[in-house]
Amino acid sequence: MSNVFILADFLDGKPTKTNAELATAGARIGSVTAVVLAPVGKGEAQASSLATGPISQILIVESDYFSQNGVAAVADALAQLVTTKSPAALLVASHAFGKEVAARVAVRTDSGIITDAVDVSSDLTATQLVFGGSTTVHSKVSHGTPIITVRPNSINAELTPATPVVEKIELALDENSKKATITSSKPPVQGDRPQLTEANIVVSGGRGTNGDFSPVEAFADSMGAAVGASRAATDAGWYPHTHQVGQTGKSVSPQLYVACGISGAIQHRAGMQTSKTIVVINKDPEAPLFEIADFGVIGDLFAVLPKATEGVKAHKS
Amino acid sequence: MKIAVCVKQVPDSWAEKKMVNGTLDRENVDAVLNDLDEYAVEEALRIAEEHGGNDEGGPNTVTVISMGPERATEAVRKALSMGANDAILVTDSKLAGADALTTSAVLAGVISKENFDLVLCGTESTDARMSVVPAMLAERLSSAQLTFASSVTVDPASGKVTISRVTEAGVDEMYANFPCVISVVEKINEPRYPSFKGIMAAKKKSIDVRDLAAVGVSVTSAWSLVADSAPRPPRAAGIKVTDDGSGGEKLASYLAEKKLI
Repeated sequence: MSNVFILADFLDGKPTKTNAELATAGARIGSVTAVVLAPVGKGEAQASSLATGPISQILIVESDYFSQNGVAAVADALAQLVTTKSPAALLVASHAFGKEVAARVAVRTDSGIITDAVDVSSDLTATQLVFGGSTTVHSKVSHGTPIITVRPNSINAELTPATPVVEKIELALDENSKKATITSSKPPVQGDRPQLTEANIVVSGGRGTNGDFSPVEAFADSMGAAVGASRAATDAGWYPHTHQVGQTGKSVSPQLYVACGISGAIQHRAGMQTSKTIVVINKDPEAPLFEIADFGVIGDLFAVLPKATEGVKAHKS
Repeated sequence: MKIAVCVKQVPDSWAEKKMVNGTLDRENVDAVLNDLDEYAVEEALRIAEEHGGNDEGGPNTVTVISMGPERATEAVRKALSMGANDAILVTDSKLAGADALTTSAVLAGVISKENFDLVLCGTESTDARMSVVPAMLAERLSSAQLTFASSVTVDPASGKVTISRVTEAGVDEMYANFPCVISVVEKINEPRYPSFKGIMAAKKKSIDVRDLAAVGVSVTSAWSLVADSAPRPPRAAGIKVTDDGSGGEKLASYLAEKKLI
């Protein structure tokens, strides 16, 4: 039976739910080996934190270069493992770090790469939604080890308990992978809210907030949602750039996307129109985003959101 | 310093894009300089200006490097009109439909002959949106990778570059020595508009057009193949209510009904 590698995904030392999604996709192709690249002394703890998903083996490599040198060091170790173990495919989470690691591994191992897949089938056909989600593309890597980055939140994860065999591997990293040095790392400031790209629900604010995101945040918190923002809002300095949804920001495809005071320029749509359900709140009945809304409220977000927040809280209690 | 900026001509991001024979139809849409590359051009010019400028005979040069069809000279010319010194454009019919691995190989082929201290890029192109070329370039060139930079500080004397890397995983402070591949996020600066003087000057600047043989890179067969592509059905608009004071409650009921709460 063939073996598929997944690069175990951690944020601030904690495993993300993307791991179970990658493992679920990988298990369609073969048995799943999760690669844990951890700081010295942390490998076993990180491996045992991968508790969910069809993971049958874990390979641990420990090195402090991973946190000191970032993408290049991680890609170096992963490329060495791909070369020596020849997996049928490598699946990596499709975020900035994951895509850069995959990119370097593709160059090192002379392999084709497909990014931003929303699905991967048993014959390694990757599904992508391109041009802002307007077109579906199916493609396959035709050279080397297929390297596919998979968008968080796209695959329904099998939440079976993982019962992996754990193996530790020693590797020496190349000097070329130590050329950039990280002197400090700060995790994203997001309080208790979920990560934007992997949240099941995203509530976004735009120009209509006039800089006051408090009703957007209150509604997001009542729903357990992540907060996003349009480019107009981040450009105005109303919300951090890291929360920007759209063509030049993050692409999200949550179960529910709530756009508050966002008119819906094509660039914003490009980042959210693959969401399963779309709710739009806007004073302007002509706002283009209403065209793709499953539920639209023509009204002032400052009036609608507080009542909706109360309604959600009442329903939950 | 010798600074390179990699740019790409892309379909206007407002244009409707279609797939033809497994690749993006580039012929029938307006083409522009990739928005996100303008930030890289601006940052390259700012780095040069902070350290003695890039006038002829000065200490720095900013070279635009691009790969694309002949008409990509328009995008290259825009970068030149912003203030870059000269440009290299690799154009070859064998490169039609080239993917990121080929693009990075071609760009690396050009860059490796020129001994650049810094190579700047945007974080991604607005057409393919892969965000992988800068990392591939760093790997191919064995240069330091300083990507997703929201600020760049360069000390030409020591050759040390310090950046803040901003991604969904947070903020990393990083440094490396020349040569570096740097990608910049759009928050880093406000790209200048080409001045009339800049546009006139750009007409006289040289664009060195090379084919693959001149670069010395051969294109192997495709790394991945598109099996099929199809437009997705457009989303139909659903329920629309006007807020008469009960809009918020109606929204909460809708969410409850859809089991989203």
